[in-house]
Amino acid sequence: MSSAKPFQLNDSDFTYDFDEEAGGFGVPYEVPAHQRTHAAPGEDEDPADHAGPSLLLRASLGMVVVGVVALLLQVSTGKLLGSWGGLLLGLVLPSVGTALYFWERYRHLSAGIKNDGVFFSGTRNRGLIGWLVGVGMTAFYVALYWFPSYLGYTPAVWDEYGMVSDVQVSGLTLLVDPLARLMTGAPADHWFAYTVLYTLAVVVFGVRMMMRYRNNPYQLIRTASVMFFQTGLAFVLPKLLKSFQQPEFYPTYFWPLKRDVLLPGDYGMNWTATEAAGQVGVWMLVFAGAMTFLATPVLTYLYGKRWYCSWVCGCGGLAETLGDPWRHLSDKSTRAWWIERIVIYSVLAVIVFLTGLLWLNHVRGGELLGGFGASLERHYGFWIGSMFAGVAGVGFYPLLGSRVWCRFGCPQAAILGILQRFLSRFRITTNGGQCISCGNCSTYCEMGIDVRAYAQRGENIVRASCVGCGVCAAVCPRGVLKLENGAGVLEEQRYTS
Amino acid sequence: MHIAILGNGITGVSAAIRLRELRPDWSITMISGESTYHYSRPALMYIYMGHMGYAETKPYEDSFWGQQRIDLVRGWVTAVDTDARRLELADGRELEYDQLLLATGAKPNKFGWPGQDLEGVQGFYSLMDLERLYRSSEGARRGVVVGGGLIGLELAEMLHSRGIAVTLLVREDSYWNNVLPDEESAMVTELIRAAGMDLRLGVELKEVLDDGTGRATAVVTSEGQRIDCQVVGLTAGVSPNKALAEAVGVPCGRGVLTDSSLRAKVPGVWAAGDCAELETPGEERNMIQQVWYTGKAQGRLAAEAMHAEAEGHALPTYDPGIWFNSAKFLDLEYQTYGQVGFHLPGEQHLVWQAPGKLLRIVHIDGRVVGFNAMGLRWRHLVCEDWIREARNVDFVLAHLEDAGFDPEFYSRHEPEMRRTFADQLAKQTEPALSGQEA
Repeated sequence: MSSAKPFQLNDSDFTYDFDEEAGGFGVPYEVPAHQRTHAAPGEDEDPADHAGPSLLLRASLGMVVVGVVALLLQVSTGKLLGSWGGLLLGLVLPSVGTALYFWERYRHLSAGIKNDGVFFSGTRNRGLIGWLVGVGMTAFYVALYWFPSYLGYTPAVWDEYGMVSDVQVSGLTLLVDPLARLMTGAPADHWFAYTVLYTLAVVVFGVRMMMRYRNNPYQLIRTASVMFFQTGLAFVLPKLLKSFQQPEFYPTYFWPLKRDVLLPGDYGMNWTATEAAGQVGVWMLVFAGAMTFLATPVLTYLYGKRWYCSWVCGCGGLAETLGDPWRHLSDKSTRAWWIERIVIYSVLAVIVFLTGLLWLNHVRGGELLGGFGASLERHYGFWIGSMFAGVAGVGFYPLLGSRVWCRFGCPQAAILGILQRFLSRFRITTNGGQCISCGNCSTYCEMGIDVRAYAQRGENIVRASCVGCGVCAAVCPRGVLKLENGAGVLEEQRYTS
Repeated sequence: MHIAILGNGITGVSAAIRLRELRPDWSITMISGESTYHYSRPALMYIYMGHMGYAETKPYEDSFWGQQRIDLVRGWVTAVDTDARRLELADGRELEYDQLLLATGAKPNKFGWPGQDLEGVQGFYSLMDLERLYRSSEGARRGVVVGGGLIGLELAEMLHSRGIAVTLLVREDSYWNNVLPDEESAMVTELIRAAGMDLRLGVELKEVLDDGTGRATAVVTSEGQRIDCQVVGLTAGVSPNKALAEAVGVPCGRGVLTDSSLRAKVPGVWAAGDCAELETPGEERNMIQQVWYTGKAQGRLAAEAMHAEAEGHALPTYDPGIWFNSAKFLDLEYQTYGQVGFHLPGEQHLVWQAPGKLLRIVHIDGRVVGFNAMGLRWRHLVCEDWIREARNVDFVLAHLEDAGFDPEFYSRHEPEMRRTFADQLAKQTEPALSGQEA
């Protein structure tokens, strides 16, 4: 190198030893609250900065603590349990406290994107607390499906001579018993308790979601929508129907997600079989059929799969509220995308095949499968309905992100996705050359879509899995992304690059 | 043919990817001492604030580079022999090339302030800077940021997000007022203060004080006031990083000098992006463009020019196109299209404002030349069309909805904007008419 002159960059650049494999810089030192100050030196420091949490924040945390203690005492001593007082103290109080906490915590922050420190939080990044929450939620679902006595519901035991012991209700199930009796006219079971908790989670964390995105009308209206559909149509309506001796009908779920509405005979709801169901049953069957075969394609053509997945669906509702703290954990790799497509369309194929087979069997009077039909249906229910949708789908929120079921397993999402990909006006458009490839969009995509890969090339995003939650557009610092019901597949599209 | 690209920022990466599209047969090596893989520089702030991890800032999966057969070399280039077309890395490795693209970016300006090299004093541009900031802000109670531009406010926001008090020293009388018109500048100024940051306008840095161990402990302002602090951010702009080019005899001005096809003044050497200074005959000053999209465009153009040269075709020349940019000041989004703040002869402004929102239309004799949007999202391609076609303001006012890019359910302001603009326009044209009559 004869003609080359010696050259030195910055000395400190040479000593810099950033370890890319380690993936970053670690969790920063946190400034203790008592040391923080935003006042200028020399000026009087604002006493509010040192006042600590507001009165309301303390009160809300107090409500949570008192409520949880009350709940534990009730469950352990049995006192108050099963009374309205017990329900108010043990469930309503901590729920209201949690909602108040979120409201008060975000109310004082400026309206905008509030993701500071998300990646430093162990709870939100598979730290110890994250794992504990994940294990706890998984255990809850295992108990719900297979060991309901842990949730306070011990089923009746029968032997060949008759009932050995009656249903026993205690714990969590007994806690919500007054509400069950009021709404359904019957004692609570663990499924009623589950629905109450589920609805509370959607509402309480819905408050959190709304406070976090209170600058964004799309998020506000969408979150209000999932709260409404969960509370009104997936909780109050079905339970009231039950009190009128009608089938417990969930109008927000349809085949193939809720397969039994269109399964034949004993495998399904058997709508018309009983006298009591009668006309209402027929009407429900027609409604369920219309939702699957008419509303689904039409609404998806007009608005994309979001009309269901992030506005109506209960699974989506829980993911968008309770699951929001972990939305960034979804895997964005192309490998994950491959697995997603193989698994979700396999589930769809299985449920379509199973439904067809069971109907054929039904028409042939059961000669085709015999007892094997019931066994097939049970296996699908166990592996897909319980293990996948419940245990992995929700239990793994803090480990794999909030949309594991919706992305990898839900046959409803699979159908909506195919329609969205090939027959919908919905797309996310990108704004010319404004993208800076920062990756906020991809990071906060709960479905694991690498949004940035499209945005940085100025391409529209038309992906089967997109549920249209709109968070990518919200977190974009450069105004690049917009959810649009474009001119559609048949018409020319304006303003794409 | 072997292309060596020095730097893996957006310019180097855009060049490498475009080269691979054009030339499946060439070998491409991208060299950087900063990181093996390309990451998004504008996302550095989000790592510090905890919005993302480092892995999330990488726009391409690690496997992408192997698939594209783009070789990545991590290391600092310390010497280049432009005659033998060889370069040498700090660790002694050598590499031969046929064409060399300098995409070495820029470095933060330091204006010779006393104490500017103390520990805890830094600019904010690279992963190295991020690492320094991680270290120096540990336990810090106050940071002083010098410079009233975009990066200054980003750095202030970063420190603020970790509970570190911030003082911003801004030379102008209003935030970023040399670029932003008064109303926009006032909005941001207000926002900074509302966030609880200590914004000092019309104040400059005089010196940084040493605590006796080589660490910064305070700054002294041009007013002679001492501000105790543990972190000092120097964000008074950036300059082309031309040190290597200069050392190895590639002619430089303010940056690495190139022609309009990005060829440097030495055979086999090209330069693009933040480090390049394009000679623009007929213009008063050569062109240095240092924003994201120009880096992207110049990287692509360098690739296309290398390809054209190898094919013996006429070389493409760089067309800067219609200017645009965007930023986010704390919670406030900003987009600009065309010529706003350029002080063009005869320019007139129409401004609509609502709480947290602003739309500005700049026109000359009724023909639009630029737009500013704050707290509103506007469509790049629509604005670009309107400016390129020199649309009449009346046309623009009639089609405001076409440019809206806000998310669904956001309140629409077009009717109100239209009324405001029409009133302002009427006032602007009246004196002009009477002037003509006279």
